Parts: sequence; structure tokens; C-alpha cells
Amino acid sequence: MCGIVGLFLKDPSLEPQLGALLSGMLAVMTDRGPDSAGFAVYGGGSADRLKLTLRGHNLDRVAEALSAAIGERAFGTLRDSHLVLSVPKSRDAAVRGWLAAERPDLVVIGAGQRIELYKEVGLPADVATRFGLAGMAGTHGIGHTRMATESAVTTDGAHPFSTGPDQCLVHNGSLSNHRSLRRMLEPEGIVFATDNDSEVAAGYLSWKLRQGATLAQALEAGLDDLDGFFTFVVGTESGFAVLRDPISCKPAVMAETDRYVAFGSEYRALVGLPGIEGARVFEPEPARVYAWERA
Amino acid sequence: MPVIDLAETSRRDLNGLLHGLAPDTNQTHWRVENPAGQHALAVGLDAPVTIEIAGHAGYYCAGMNQRATVIVEGNVGVGVGENMMSGTVHVRGDASQAAGATAHGGLLVIDGNASARCGISMKGVNIVVKGSIGPMSAFMAQSGALVVLGDAGDALGDSIYEARLYVRGQVKSLGADCCEKPLRDEHKAELRALLDAAGVDAGVRVEAFKRYGSARTLYNFHIDNVAAY
Repeated sequence: MCGIVGLFLKDPSLEPQLGALLSGMLAVMTDRGPDSAGFAVYGGGSADRLKLTLRGHNLDRVAEALSAAIGERAFGTLRDSHLVLSVPKSRDAAVRGWLAAERPDLVVIGAGQRIELYKEVGLPADVATRFGLAGMAGTHGIGHTRMATESAVTTDGAHPFSTGPDQCLVHNGSLSNHRSLRRMLEPEGIVFATDNDSEVAAGYLSWKLRQGATLAQALEAGLDDLDGFFTFVVGTESGFAVLRDPISCKPAVMAETDRYVAFGSEYRALVGLPGIEGARVFEPEPARVYAWERA
Repeated sequence: MPVIDLAETSRRDLNGLLHGLAPDTNQTHWRVENPAGQHALAVGLDAPVTIEIAGHAGYYCAGMNQRATVIVEGNVGVGVGENMMSGTVHVRGDASQAAGATAHGGLLVIDGNASARCGISMKGVNIVVKGSIGPMSAFMAQSGALVVLGDAGDALGDSIYEARLYVRGQVKSLGADCCEKPLRDEHKAELRALLDAAGVDAGVRVEAFKRYGSARTLYNFHIDNVAAY
């Protein structure tokens, strides 16, 4: 069992509250996943800079050392065990080269123009507090609370998974053909950091998106190629999508108003959202792609 | 009329109060406010009382109900009226999966849609859905009636034993051993009574429904099917 929450804002005036709303939703889902939690927030960014979310220890001097090495300014925002680096996009290869050579102990868990990604072991409310989720602004965000059933309780096993620029996926369920998919995707250049089945689903979508598919088309293709139980919530730089397997094995409820689209594993997670009384509350149908794009 | 505000009273205390009601209680009409999608609201009741839930409820609402009338003024989560024995459960919004699962008796009315596996393993309950139902509904249904004014999803009545399924709209597909059957007078009478009990407009014609039930070919093992196992 796991819990998923997602919030995609249509009304820019809600953007300063994104983290606070998502944080409340995440805490309610503790009953479904008390082992670890994670979330991705699509915040500010600019076209000429790249944001890298790093996880590890001894993070306080990374930005300084990196700036010296590449000869351009890198900015770092430290949040507990994670560091969000902002570097010139043109120096992507140099930055990653330096990290691989000088700081191989650090894991890059997310990269893109706007995505920031955080995950840790612990109760969801504690994880959200450690990273200061309630104070984050953004256009959309996705969160996950994990109750581990198939593999160890580790930060590596926590969601969301990000396998492409500004892309992330959370998953409730389990995939049965993730080994063969992984063997197909790795020669295509999709890199996996863990043995987790959900990361393979993320990689599959990244592969489809790289080929030029829209988010909706990538998920549509996933219905044929992904075997198993799943409720996915997926984020991209400008998009937000939901897909359930054909027998809707895992729960899902959605709410839509003029101001936002919200997803929860259970309705309880949506209760604190503004104007929820007047929202259109519905259960997403099995094997049907629901996708939204920012204008 | 007692009013319980779930923003202040715990769900466990609410259910405890309702379980403590004597069969001849004078407190026959209760209202529950701020349900906020909580699970297991008004479960295990066994008294002829009416409970109004003012909003959306979570999983297993009114499960195991006996004699009580539970009205939900919103949507319900998975397993509304699961294993109910008697009484009435009325959902004014939509129901999630497995509505009325394994229920033995009583009447479950859903004004909106019910999603997958509505009436799974139903054992005598009558269910009236005014909207549509999702896939795999009435899976392994054993007894009772399922009435649907809208459409039914894939694999309706898969592996059905005995139950009467009445659908007015389109059936996307029938499950294994489920077939269309004639709508005889006794069925029209049953259907009329169920529509009336559910408060459906008298203008809805019973002749507009089709009846589905068990083809009874899976009752006994057939040697020709041995290769399928």
C-alpha cells in the first residue's frame, strides 16, 4: 500500500501556497505509507539555468567548489540532506563531470529547469518539515508516501523517481515486467539508479517523451507495454497526468475546480483544499489517460 | 435530532454511540457533519434509525448494516454497504469500487455512478444505480438484483452464480457464463418495485431494461475444459 497526492494549479494566485497545500495532503496519507515520503515541486526557473537536486552528506561547500571548478557561478540551496544547485545550462556536462569525479558520493535525484525533488525515510509529516515543503511555491507538485512491501525501507526506494529533465513519476502498485523493460531501455540510454520497478516506469515514459510523444501519448503507450498494477501520477515541466491500470487495482480520486486539479489516493487527502465543497470530485476510470498542460 | 460533528467527535465515538442504541430508541434520526471522507462511518448498525451523513464518506461506509437507513449526501469510497444484511443505504453522489460487496440483504441506492466491481459477490442485496457501473460488476454474484439505469462496463456478471442483473443502457461486454435472459412478468414486477423503492421517476419504463443472468455452464466441471486449467 502507498499513498499518492498531486496538485496542479490553474490559478497563479495559489502558487505561493502550493507547498503548504501539498504538505497537508501528504500528511493525511501517512496511514497509507508511514515508511518514507517524497515529493517533487515545480518552482521557479529560467531557460538558461539548470536545477540539479543532489542528495547526500557534506553539502555545504559543494556550490562554492563547483563554481571554482567551472569558472561560473553555481548557486546552492541547502535543505536538510538535499542540495538544489542552480548552474548555467550550457555547463551541464561540465557540472556532471565534476560531480562524478569529485563527489561520487552524491546522488543526482532530479534535474531540469524547474523541478526540485526531495525524499527521505520517515513519517511524511516529518519529511515535509525537514525539507520545509510548506514554504515552497510552485505551479504543480506530486507527493508519495510509501509502505514498503517488496523491498527495503531506504531513501533509494522512496518516490518520486525522475529519469528525464523536469520529469517525475510516483507509483502505487507493482510492475511484473520491469526486468524485461529495463533490458530494453538501458541500451536506449535510459539510466537507472535503483533496482526499483517504479523507476522503470519512469524511464519508460522518459524514453517515449524523448521520442517526441506527448505526455498523454507516452502514457497511452504504457497501457500496452507496462504489465502490472499501477496508479501513476506524472509531472513534466508544464504537464500533469494520471493513469490507472485496466482493472483499477489501486485507489484514486480526483477533484477539479477552476483553480486546480488535485489527486489523492483517498478523498481524505483533498479535504483541506480551498473550495473543495464545490469541486467536481470523481474517480478516474481504469485505462484512461487524464492529462493537463499549462497554457 | 442528535447532531454529531466529526470535526469535534471521533469516528470511533460516533460508531460507539450508534452501536449503543436500543432497538426501541427514541433517537431515531441522526445527522453527522464534517465527515471529510473518513472511513468506516456508521458501520455495524443494528437499530431502525436514520443517519444522514452531510458530505463525502470514505471506505466501507454503512458496512454490515442491519435495519438502519444511512443516507450519504455526497460520494462514498470503496465498499459502501459491504456485507449489509438489511436496511437501506442511499448515496446521493457517486460510489467508488465494490459497492455492496458480499451484501446479503437490504437496499443500496446510488444516485450517481458506481465504479468497478459494483455488487461483487452479492448474496441477496438489491442494488439500484441511477447512473452507470464500472467493469467487473456483479462478479461471482450469488443472489439478489442489480438495477442499472445507465451503462455497464466490461465483463458484467463474470462467473455469476445466480442474481438478476437489469441494465437499461449499453453493456460493454458480458463476463464468462453471463448471458441475456428474457424479461418475464415476474422480473418486470420486481424491477418496478425496486425502481419505486429507489425513488426513480415513474416514467422510467421497465420494458427499456434487459435482464442478464447465469448461463449455468460453469456449475459443474466439464471434462472438455480440462486443458483450460
